[in-house]
Amino acid sequence: MSVTSIGTSVKRREDKRFLTGKGNYTDDMNRPNQTHAYILRSPHAYAKIAALDVSAAKAAPGVVAIFTGDDMKVGSIPCGWQVHSKDGSPMKEPPHPPLAQGFVRHVGDQVAVIIAETYSEAKDAAELIEIDYHPLPAIADAKKALEPGAPPVWPDVAPDNLCFDWHIGDKAATDAAFEKAKWVAKLDLINNRLIPNAMEPRAAIGDYDVSNDLHTLYTTSQNPHVIRLLMGAFVLGIPESRLRVVAPDVGGGFGSKIFHYAEEAIVTWAAKQIERPVKWTAERSESFMTDAHGRDHHSHAELAMDDQGRFLGLRVATIANMGAYLSTFAPAVPTYLSGTLLAGVYTTPAIYGEVKAVFTHTVPVDAYRGAGRPETTFLLERLVDVAAEVSGIDRVELRRRNFIPPDAYPYQTPVALQYDSGDHAGCLDRALEKSDWAGFPARKAESAARGKLRGIGLSTYLEACGIAPSAVVGSLGARAALYEVGSVRVHPTGSVTVFTGTHSHGQGHETTFAQVVSDQLGIPIESIEIVHGDTDKVPFGMGTYGSRSLAVGGSAIVKAVDKIVAKGKRIAAHLLEAAEADIVFADGKFTVAGTDRSKAFGEIALAAYVPHNYPIETEEPGLEETAFYDPKNFTFPGGSHICEVEIDPDTGVTQVVRFTAVDDVGRVINPMIVEGQVQGGIVQGIGQALLENCVYSEDAQLLTGSFMDYCMPRADDVPFITVDHHTTLCTHNPLGVKGCGEVGAIGCPPAVINAVVDALKPYGVSHIDMPATPEKVWQAIQAARPAAAAE
Amino acid sequence: MTTLSVSLTVNGKKVSADVEPRTLLVQLLRENLHLTGTHVGCDTSQCGACTVHVNGDSVKSCTILAAQADGADVRTIEGLAQAGVLHAVQEAFREHHGLQCGFCTPGMVMSSADLLVKNPNPSEHEIRTWLEGNICRCTGYHNIVKAVQHAAQTLRQTAQAAE
Repeated sequence: MSVTSIGTSVKRREDKRFLTGKGNYTDDMNRPNQTHAYILRSPHAYAKIAALDVSAAKAAPGVVAIFTGDDMKVGSIPCGWQVHSKDGSPMKEPPHPPLAQGFVRHVGDQVAVIIAETYSEAKDAAELIEIDYHPLPAIADAKKALEPGAPPVWPDVAPDNLCFDWHIGDKAATDAAFEKAKWVAKLDLINNRLIPNAMEPRAAIGDYDVSNDLHTLYTTSQNPHVIRLLMGAFVLGIPESRLRVVAPDVGGGFGSKIFHYAEEAIVTWAAKQIERPVKWTAERSESFMTDAHGRDHHSHAELAMDDQGRFLGLRVATIANMGAYLSTFAPAVPTYLSGTLLAGVYTTPAIYGEVKAVFTHTVPVDAYRGAGRPETTFLLERLVDVAAEVSGIDRVELRRRNFIPPDAYPYQTPVALQYDSGDHAGCLDRALEKSDWAGFPARKAESAARGKLRGIGLSTYLEACGIAPSAVVGSLGARAALYEVGSVRVHPTGSVTVFTGTHSHGQGHETTFAQVVSDQLGIPIESIEIVHGDTDKVPFGMGTYGSRSLAVGGSAIVKAVDKIVAKGKRIAAHLLEAAEADIVFADGKFTVAGTDRSKAFGEIALAAYVPHNYPIETEEPGLEETAFYDPKNFTFPGGSHICEVEIDPDTGVTQVVRFTAVDDVGRVINPMIVEGQVQGGIVQGIGQALLENCVYSEDAQLLTGSFMDYCMPRADDVPFITVDHHTTLCTHNPLGVKGCGEVGAIGCPPAVINAVVDALKPYGVSHIDMPATPEKVWQAIQAARPAAAAE
Repeated sequence: MTTLSVSLTVNGKKVSADVEPRTLLVQLLRENLHLTGTHVGCDTSQCGACTVHVNGDSVKSCTILAAQADGADVRTIEGLAQAGVLHAVQEAFREHHGLQCGFCTPGMVMSSADLLVKNPNPSEHEIRTWLEGNICRCTGYHNIVKAVQHAAQTLRQTAQAAE
């Protein structure tokens, strides 16, 4: 009898430690003889450091050492992706020193590290450091940074602030499509800048073993091997064999903990200088001004349609803010993670996209949940609603007319990607039904009776994740590969330890991956341990981001288990005196086909470790296998999101009252975990659409530097979220999975804004930029009122 | 630096420590008592990750000085389960997937447990309003609210059975 937990909501194995206060986050750890670091940061957006005097601070109580850029002369924090401009020239790539070298280029830039016996002593001593800053003109707005005469962030490297000027698609064919258009929809929009705000602030502990010249870094990372590679090879010159990176329990990431940050290099380097462990934990204010921000795109988009509303061509020009330094994946976000998705779920035959990436005196901008795909999805799904207005075709019908039909798969888009599977009409139908789209007029009337404006909006989206064949991303500028590693160690008594190069910081890998292995080996979940987050334990890995953990990391584990089963069959054939080809493995037993002669999985494990009766001439003892899985393609989750909002016209307050998501994430291993991922992503999407906004002043001072100023979604801002699935399987990975971590944040924002615009239609509102705050909505209503009154 | 001597009860045990006057209760718990289940997620008393019970009320332990807790009875997430049995709120969070990364969880659980003492039968709106001071970035609150609803039901049933 076959028992599988695939498709069932197995309760999470990690929960007990988190629920009883026994989690082990970086800041919970303390090393013997540990010191504490405070990092002195720039209060200026751009300044020359004319003089820096640390002598008084060095004499302060408890201070162990103080280091500045003059002391820490190391390599530059590298960027992991090189984009080329239209003319073939490489992007402008300025240096990124961990501690400032004469200049600071954004508020929060690292100037000095003060190391003391206690954190309070380090912080107190920092106040005694004398710095003579010569402030320089600064700029935060990417559009204005491109204007002639704008203050340059890098006068020598990029005097015009342009990092690269990239394009994708066929300009001539797209221009020709617009010549034939019956209707053209046009839209200018801003994808608002966000601050990720994982609830655990970043932290890092550097430890140095003098006697063996070994470094250990404990850090809040989504990808410890990547940090080891970037920091070891490029910044500090430490070989991998002498550098261990541990990412223990990590309290959320959402992209912000992918990147290699200066503080990791600072504590690792400083620990060697003082031969004591150095611990640093960000205060939330530091998170706001140092964690890589997300989004911040300004776009102009145009969609050409024929007289039936069929999309003929799409033109998009985007200005993307890179911040002051190029963060790890930053150049890929507005380009290969964004421009390649401009087809969306539609058969648009001609597409041309341009992106100008711009330096500003702000925190680096990089991947944040969805990374490029939310930006494109917001643009497309807003534009399609505008197209519906322009053409007079119903917005649902217009989408249907342009969907890529299921029988067109695999579908080659005009912008590089080849989608493997999807059923967009199927997702939409189910979402319309689950959301009771047809019943909306009655609900709108009920709201109106209470003096409220009700609107409904939808988005039909597709995204690319599980990134991707290494050779492909290499040709697109990635400086690393994007395979994943799984290693399976079967112990002598049949229990199993699985090592994965992905990292779980909320996703529940300890449960989901165990379900996959349990299913494949026919052994109980309780016999399987999942290990991640330690470069000394896991052979290698690229980590968790881009919804890749199950699609790429899970596939690597499946491949490693395949090797275990293959070896097990050879051992079983010997023990059962049968031909290897006659051995079948099912339900945890190796059986001679057509007989009742079998060996349990545990018996084979024992034989492998106690090889008394064993095919020793052809098989090594032991039972442990590793697989590197390089994906054959991206995976393409998609779906339909439908949002209903109610607006109070007197206050402008917008409340999301219903939200329905029908997603196609491929095979679902644990429905409970998938629903949680989708709901969480949707609320981040609602946050972007209605609440969250990172604001800089004209001269690049960060105005939203705390939870008092930056509006995070709270429990009373959101409703229950209805989540359902309409599944097509991924065709090219062994599990048929697509990924679910980002779909919520990608599909949601346009559905919310389309609903807000729908609600405000009586006031002639055709677009509203995110976040649709009460003030913005109220202003839009007020602007329309005189006109309405005059009619 | 002058220090103050504070004595309090934490999770049923009498403890005392010498602390700086500026030491926050959360620092005392994490750094002196090594009770690291109580987390620090912000520096403006907004996020609620540090919520503990002080004399039976949920309090953000970053908002009070250790000295103010002198003589108090403090309970942290480590002291909520009794004799290895999870509190109904902890059990409901596990059952209904009310946590993902786990970082906000101790504060969410402590806050929710206090709510259910003060209001054994809260509406969805009352739960959401009560939890307004606890920020979660992972779950979208959906399963947290569900968990609190189910914990409320469990606790009411337990109370009825005891009558």
